[in-house]
Amino acid sequence: MTRSIIRAVIAAALLASSALAQQILINGTGATFPYPMYSKWFDVYHKKYSNIQINYNSLGSGAGVQQVTAGTVDFGASDMPMTDDELKGFRDKNGYGVLHFPTVMGANVPAYKLPGVSQQLNFTGEALADIFLGKITKWNDPALAKANPGVSLPSTNIVVVHRSDGSGTTFVWTDYLAKVSPEWKTKVGAAKSVNWPVGLGGKGNEGVAGQVQNTPNSLGYIELTYAMQNKIQYGKVKNAAGVFISADLAGVTAAAAGAIKEVPEDFRVSITNAPGKASYPISTFTYLLVPEKFKDPAKKKAITDFLKWMLTEGQTQTEALVYAPLPKAMVTKETKAIAKIQ
Amino acid sequence: MSATTSTASPARPSGRAQTFQQRLRAGDDLAYLLTLLAASTIVLITGMLVLKLYQNSAVSRHEFGWKFLTTTTWDPVAGQFGALPFIYGTVVTSALALLIAIPLGVGAAIFLAELAPPRISSGLTFLIELLAAVPSVIFGMLGFFIMVPALQKLEDPLRAAFGWSPLFKGPFYGVSMLSAGVVLSLMIIPFIISISREVILAVPNDQREAALALGATRWESTWDIVVPFAYKGITGSIFLALARSLGETMAVTMVVGNSPKISTSLFAPGYSIAAVIANEFTEATGDLYLSSLIELGLVLFALTIVINGAARILVAGTSQKGGS
Amino acid sequence: MAAQAMSLHSMRRKAVNVVMLSLTGLCTFLATGTLLFILGYLFIHGARSLTWDFFTKLPTPVGETGGGMANAILGSAKLLLLATAIGVPIGFLGGVYLAEFGGNTYAFIIRYVADLLNGVPSIVIGIFAYILIVLPQKHFSTLAGGLALGVMMIPIAIRSSEEFLRSVPLALREGAMALGASKSKSILTVVIPAAKSGIITGIMLNLARVAGETAPLLFTSSNNRFWSPGYEQPTAALPVMIYTYATAPYEDWHQQAWSAGFVLLTLVLAVNIVARFILSRQAHVPR
Repeated sequence: MTRSIIRAVIAAALLASSALAQQILINGTGATFPYPMYSKWFDVYHKKYSNIQINYNSLGSGAGVQQVTAGTVDFGASDMPMTDDELKGFRDKNGYGVLHFPTVMGANVPAYKLPGVSQQLNFTGEALADIFLGKITKWNDPALAKANPGVSLPSTNIVVVHRSDGSGTTFVWTDYLAKVSPEWKTKVGAAKSVNWPVGLGGKGNEGVAGQVQNTPNSLGYIELTYAMQNKIQYGKVKNAAGVFISADLAGVTAAAAGAIKEVPEDFRVSITNAPGKASYPISTFTYLLVPEKFKDPAKKKAITDFLKWMLTEGQTQTEALVYAPLPKAMVTKETKAIAKIQ
Repeated sequence: MSATTSTASPARPSGRAQTFQQRLRAGDDLAYLLTLLAASTIVLITGMLVLKLYQNSAVSRHEFGWKFLTTTTWDPVAGQFGALPFIYGTVVTSALALLIAIPLGVGAAIFLAELAPPRISSGLTFLIELLAAVPSVIFGMLGFFIMVPALQKLEDPLRAAFGWSPLFKGPFYGVSMLSAGVVLSLMIIPFIISISREVILAVPNDQREAALALGATRWESTWDIVVPFAYKGITGSIFLALARSLGETMAVTMVVGNSPKISTSLFAPGYSIAAVIANEFTEATGDLYLSSLIELGLVLFALTIVINGAARILVAGTSQKGGS
Repeated sequence: MAAQAMSLHSMRRKAVNVVMLSLTGLCTFLATGTLLFILGYLFIHGARSLTWDFFTKLPTPVGETGGGMANAILGSAKLLLLATAIGVPIGFLGGVYLAEFGGNTYAFIIRYVADLLNGVPSIVIGIFAYILIVLPQKHFSTLAGGLALGVMMIPIAIRSSEEFLRSVPLALREGAMALGASKSKSILTVVIPAAKSGIITGIMLNLARVAGETAPLLFTSSNNRFWSPGYEQPTAALPVMIYTYATAPYEDWHQQAWSAGFVLLTLVLAVNIVARFILSRQAHVPR
């Protein structure tokens, strides 16, 4: 009796799983920075084309690069463009290359939890570098007080929060710090994963945001949307022109406009510390990493279709989630680049 | 198939009986082979496990050799990988967990075995053994949402009491080796209590009676006679608890701060072997990085084997002793 | 004089007695109290956060409320089904071997290896499943996750099956043999049915144990925001969702993590309570 029940259950389970076989299931992994945008896009896309399921796992840009190279996912995502070494590694492993497709632009903000201080604080690049180097340890340090006249800063220790995983957001942050602080550049450098002098580690943008939320007197770096969706305080940053800018769509778009004279062929570009009065200094593109060849023609078609959708309709949905849409020139070039996928 | 008893002992069986007996014997052989195969699968799987761990950590083993165990840098960008911060964090958090869990656990075991009325004793033990079944991620969640804020409130009293020692210096962020140690202690206490209670109960009553007859107080009889008698089993339970806490992943990674630095202060964030594997495995770019993480897995594996082995010897020693 | 000194000494001993014994009571109170408190917190908080959506809806995009964990519940069920299919036959048959044909050196080796495998941290088993299945197949899958959990089930299955089979009294076996049954037949028709309730409860406890495992799933079955058909795709699972949601900043996700924790814990504890109840009701037949 029990045996026949068990058999029936197993049969039902197998039946149920085979019934969904006509679906096209695509798996991707990567950056947590654009995760709110991607999860919205893939949800909308699935509602539109119910037989296509794009499952995105937000594990960090490092995971995105690693897994698309190892072939354990169909596409990756990263805020940091792949380095020449990583590109070569991909080609060596797979025999063909990988393409970058910028999707949106976003802002990396210094988020903090400072009980008792409700104003939006100003941070200079040097101050941020010194905080993350461990040289500035207290909230009421003279450098911070100087940038925030009239604000009564507490004398508590700054709890630095950084990423514990390989992160494109980290790259954007450290890329900016390396540009504004020679000491940071020589001591720590810019990469997805660095030897942090001080601080706690959180996994993903989510983890850092969660950590900042839970830890009084903490300061971490997260994508703007995470700060806004969770009502986490974030500060203004002084840009190259000397203006303290609060991150927003206009600032990010201005940064892109200021930094890019010519869109590079492979779309790999850094727009941190961009010139221009209105530029937000810690802005970035974020990329989908798509292999040049796909064995499964159905998957290839699904991905190229999605990319086309992303560059047209998708771009109209970015502002609702506080991500900046791509510059027109880039969209045109990307649309042409889709043809490279076989 | 009905048992035909009439063919119990044929000297020269007839044709039909012979095939029947052959079928019986075939059944026996089949059962033997089938079960032997199944049992051997365990040996096969474990062997493959060790082999795969060893093979896939080859790159880092050749690159770093034994220095892997003593290097303190963990720098994926520069390609420098050293296991020491994680070994340190694993050992320190587990040691702290034991420091808290042993007195509490053995004390509770003594109470439950010697003092509590039988119904309360078995009732509470039932509850405690249930607690051993709580998944690690739930302890992690509870640790993150309840224990860490609670410890943050306790920071000042702790600093006041122990701030003179290097163990409680430096800033406290909530997530720290202290929090990890406390959460781990909660997870391993049920093991210590449950096993210690059993071995204490197994101590023959005449030992207690003899002590009491000689005029010992209840406590003296327990502490000076019964507990030493059960010493091996209690120590075994401690080793088992240690082995369990060394491998704990989720509860630790959610409260330890995930920082690969060695610090004498318990207030500082730390990292454990299991936690770093969980955090960085999916993103280890490059063979050296992945191989280093797998080598860390090998180190953890070796550690837990040694501790478990010691535990088994100790616990087995007691169950063969007094009657059960 | 001596009597006075002795009574002072004995007073001290009596005092120590009372103090130490009360301390042990305190230890019990602290240990059980803390554990019960935090679990009670989980139950209350989790029960309050539980909604019907949790059981029926899929996750919504990040930042939007109203999602659920329907796919994670199914995912966990599929993983456990696969784990049982791998762990139970091997463990049970292996236990039969040890109980019925054991006693030689090879059986000793098997027991030793089983204990060894039991002590391996779950994350290392996850690495093993990753190397064995995910790398060659080049994708994450329920299969890999189920294998990891199944491997974890084997050692406990083998030892507990052996114990329950051994506890069947010799008299029963001898009776079967005396009636002319072969060894395999007596195992099949007499010994196993006699140990049936113990073996089943052993399986239940084993399942409850791996149901909460998170670490080995992180890089085998990974995660999935949608339904995961078949066994070749990554899948969501309750423990992984708890981990992901609890460490994120979204309040809605925290609520869902509490709900998931509540559901998981209730299931695990319910299985444990039922299993232990069955075990304690078993009549103790003298050997």
